Amino acid sequence: MKELLELFVVFFRIGGLTFGGGLSMLPMLKYELVEKKHWLSEEDLLDCYAIGQCTPGIIAVNTATYVGYKRKGVIGGIFSTLGMVTPSLLIITAIALFLEQFMDNKWLGHALMGVRAVVCALMLNTVVTLAKKSLVSPFCVVVCVVVFVLAMFTQVPTILLVILSAVLGIVTMLFSERRKNK
Amino acid sequence: MRELVFLLFGEFFKIGLFAVGGGPATLPFLMDLTEKYDWYTMQQLTNMVAISESTPGPIGLNMATYAGVQTLGVFGGVVATAGLVMPSVIVITIIAKFMEGFSENRLVKAAFYGIRPAVTALIASAVWGICRVSLFTQSEGRMVPALKTIVLCVMIFGFLQVKRLNKLHPAVWILAAAFIGVVFRF
Repeated sequence: MKELLELFVVFFRIGGLTFGGGLSMLPMLKYELVEKKHWLSEEDLLDCYAIGQCTPGIIAVNTATYVGYKRKGVIGGIFSTLGMVTPSLLIITAIALFLEQFMDNKWLGHALMGVRAVVCALMLNTVVTLAKKSLVSPFCVVVCVVVFVLAMFTQVPTILLVILSAVLGIVTMLFSERRKNK
Repeated sequence: MRELVFLLFGEFFKIGLFAVGGGPATLPFLMDLTEKYDWYTMQQLTNMVAISESTPGPIGLNMATYAGVQTLGVFGGVVATAGLVMPSVIVITIIAKFMEGFSENRLVKAAFYGIRPAVTALIASAVWGICRVSLFTQSEGRMVPALKTIVLCVMIFGFLQVKRLNKLHPAVWILAAAFIGVVFRF
């Protein structure tokens, strides 16, 4: 029980003290899990980060579940995840309720309109960064363009697009391997 | 009420299962929800992104909690977050238990070769939707560009391309823009 609580507290601290999630969480994870608690080696952490990235869901939650499971089994995974989730739940619920109260305020309206401009700029910047990282071959560019057009102009469900692109990736690799073997 | 709880849980379970690539990858799905239900508007979604980027915690979790609170109050936030997290816990536990070297598996790598550019495209299309409602205002059914917002957006995007400014925390930009919005009465 003590160890489960420890898992909860460590991931509560990581969730409550890092902004942004995903990659920005790596230094904090390294400090807490590798240097302070010695639960993982640095290679273990990178492995579990790799798994967190190539599985569905929030990367931080995936990492928390994985580390928790490796330490204390299924219950460990659940406690770590609860720890990771709790700060977000508390902070965001408070802010959401607070903002809704003042939504009619004129000044808040002006402020939020200004904030919208930044959100667009930040998100556009995210897209540019992602494009640089993910468009590494002509195949990737084609997939990206086709999926973009389908998402913009048709009603094809997003889930189906994700599944189809995964299948396409596998088929392409199998073909290129067969060609190499000939 | 009970039906709405199940619906909310189910929709976020689906997001948790299919949003590959973490926080930003949930955005296209959250946008789908604005078309499917009247839980929150595109404007509210933009606010959610701003708040999620400038508060502690993973962005994906923050957005799910916010969306849940908008839909069904405090309890809704818990339900949406639980739905989002559940597939992760199940999938990761299975992988941790049965699959050594999962991320090195060649089929997994091949699938991601296709998924990564697709996710980029999905996020790009969601961002386009956000820009449309943020940088334009509706008047008499026509789209009118909101000039002040567009200028500010272009300026900040320009700043973000400068390496040293890119390292600044998003919250800095968000606070600055809120200030500018008040001063210049956006």
